[in-house]
Amino acid sequence: MSLIRRDHTGFFPSLRRIYALVLRHTYLLRSSGPRILELMYWPTVQMILWGFITLFLINHSSWIAQASGVLLSAVLLWDVLFRGQLGVSLVFMEEMWSRNLGHLFVSPLRPSELGCALLTMSLIRTLIGVGGAALIAIPLFHFSIFDLGLPLLAFFVNLLAMGWSIGLLVSGVVLRYGLGAESLAWIAIFAVQPISGVYYPIATLPEWLQYVAAILPSSHVFEGMRAVLFDHVFRLDLLLHAVLLNVVYLSAGFFMFLAFFKGARVRGQLLHVGE
Amino acid sequence: MSSSVVSVTRVSKHFDSVTAVEDVSFDVRPQSTTALLGGNGAGKTTTLSMLLGLLLPTSGSISVFGVDMLRDRYRVLPRLNFSSPYVDLPRRLTVRENLTVYARLYGVIDIPGRLKALSEELQIGSFMKRPYGQLSAGEKTRVALAKALLNEPELMLFDEPTASLDPDTADYVRGMLEAYRKRTGTTILLASHNMSEVERLCDDVIMLRAGRVVDRGTPAQLLTRYGRRNMEEVFIDIARERKLEMRLGEQQVVKK
Repeated sequence: MSLIRRDHTGFFPSLRRIYALVLRHTYLLRSSGPRILELMYWPTVQMILWGFITLFLINHSSWIAQASGVLLSAVLLWDVLFRGQLGVSLVFMEEMWSRNLGHLFVSPLRPSELGCALLTMSLIRTLIGVGGAALIAIPLFHFSIFDLGLPLLAFFVNLLAMGWSIGLLVSGVVLRYGLGAESLAWIAIFAVQPISGVYYPIATLPEWLQYVAAILPSSHVFEGMRAVLFDHVFRLDLLLHAVLLNVVYLSAGFFMFLAFFKGARVRGQLLHVGE
Repeated sequence: MSSSVVSVTRVSKHFDSVTAVEDVSFDVRPQSTTALLGGNGAGKTTTLSMLLGLLLPTSGSISVFGVDMLRDRYRVLPRLNFSSPYVDLPRRLTVRENLTVYARLYGVIDIPGRLKALSEELQIGSFMKRPYGQLSAGEKTRVALAKALLNEPELMLFDEPTASLDPDTADYVRGMLEAYRKRTGTTILLASHNMSEVERLCDDVIMLRAGRVVDRGTPAQLLTRYGRRNMEEVFIDIARERKLEMRLGEQQVVKK
């Protein structure tokens, strides 16, 4: 009897191998309480900060008074985008730090399966980090982001997908340029924050910058969030824009990641990366 | 179907203006232990990396078990495994967790059974629950071997398997590889510049210098060809481009 499964999956990724890598990173999370606390730390600190700002502004700003949850919703949803991207990049860099890529890629693991595992881990990390902060906001500020209802799911999925696209691109760049480029994982996402209209309507931006905002899925999500909170309507047009852009960006993110991976095989970087 | 387990045909690898490997061709017979022997920078690790598909050659072709590694390596990877002191396992994971992850990646069917068998065979049972990063170099070597044996590979590739190990651990590794090959009939290809290792383990030696194959034979054939008593002297002759005739000439000059 054969010792191993000979399940050649052809073009398609193997769920078994994706699960193996998810398991590897779950072991890592499980073994360290501080790591789990760290996931929740910044989202919670941000939520508390913006919670108090909201308490102050609610009596000084008619805009905030109309929808008191707008800033807290914004900060939690922004963290979905940030944590989504960071989850992909950090989990990938964990493999580089531990000099494990050589072993991984002489196993039957495919780059696309690594990519799927990165996305799964990013989802888990985001749910722990932002989910924790969202739950703490309920007793602390009597604010529940879950009151957004089903639109929350649409916002979450779209922001996560955009975070994944940027995370895959950053991972590819770090693979190409080495760990010297790892700070990109922390700062890349902030380039899109001012144009995403996280805390203010896109109309606030100069006209030319509004065109740039229009090609970001995040700007459509945050506009959609304000439509729900202020006008109590769910803007399907904004959702469709975000979904279409995300399909393009996520495909491009995967393509770039695979291209950088192939480049690493040309340059021999898979054996020689690490701390 | 090819009778060779590994077939390398006119493979070259250039990194910009640097030539790492140039026009290398060789094959590896089934159930043999073959050494890629050469000094630092001879092209051993580069050749091994190309065989594994971690590195793409600039030109040439590589097939393993008759399958083109450049086009279809995922069909072959479950049948081989690899170990190198230069590639680590995740340090914060325990030995058991590391081996479980790799067992899943390789599609091992009975993971607890396989881990139990390997822990007995390689005597790693006492540290299965310890983080890999906390192990000594010798213990890490045993774990790396366990990882390399998880899928009971038909082809094993080693990059300097005993580098930086104390003589006792190095001897253990060589004994282990010798016994494993005898028992399973696996094919082993190792890159090394350790001569005692090559003499003890290998029945075929491919000598590399400056990215080219410069000689090949069994250890006994090479000793005869170079008129030397051990492989270390053969290695130095080849590294310094000294041929037997040249050495005989030098000796005659000294006698005069």
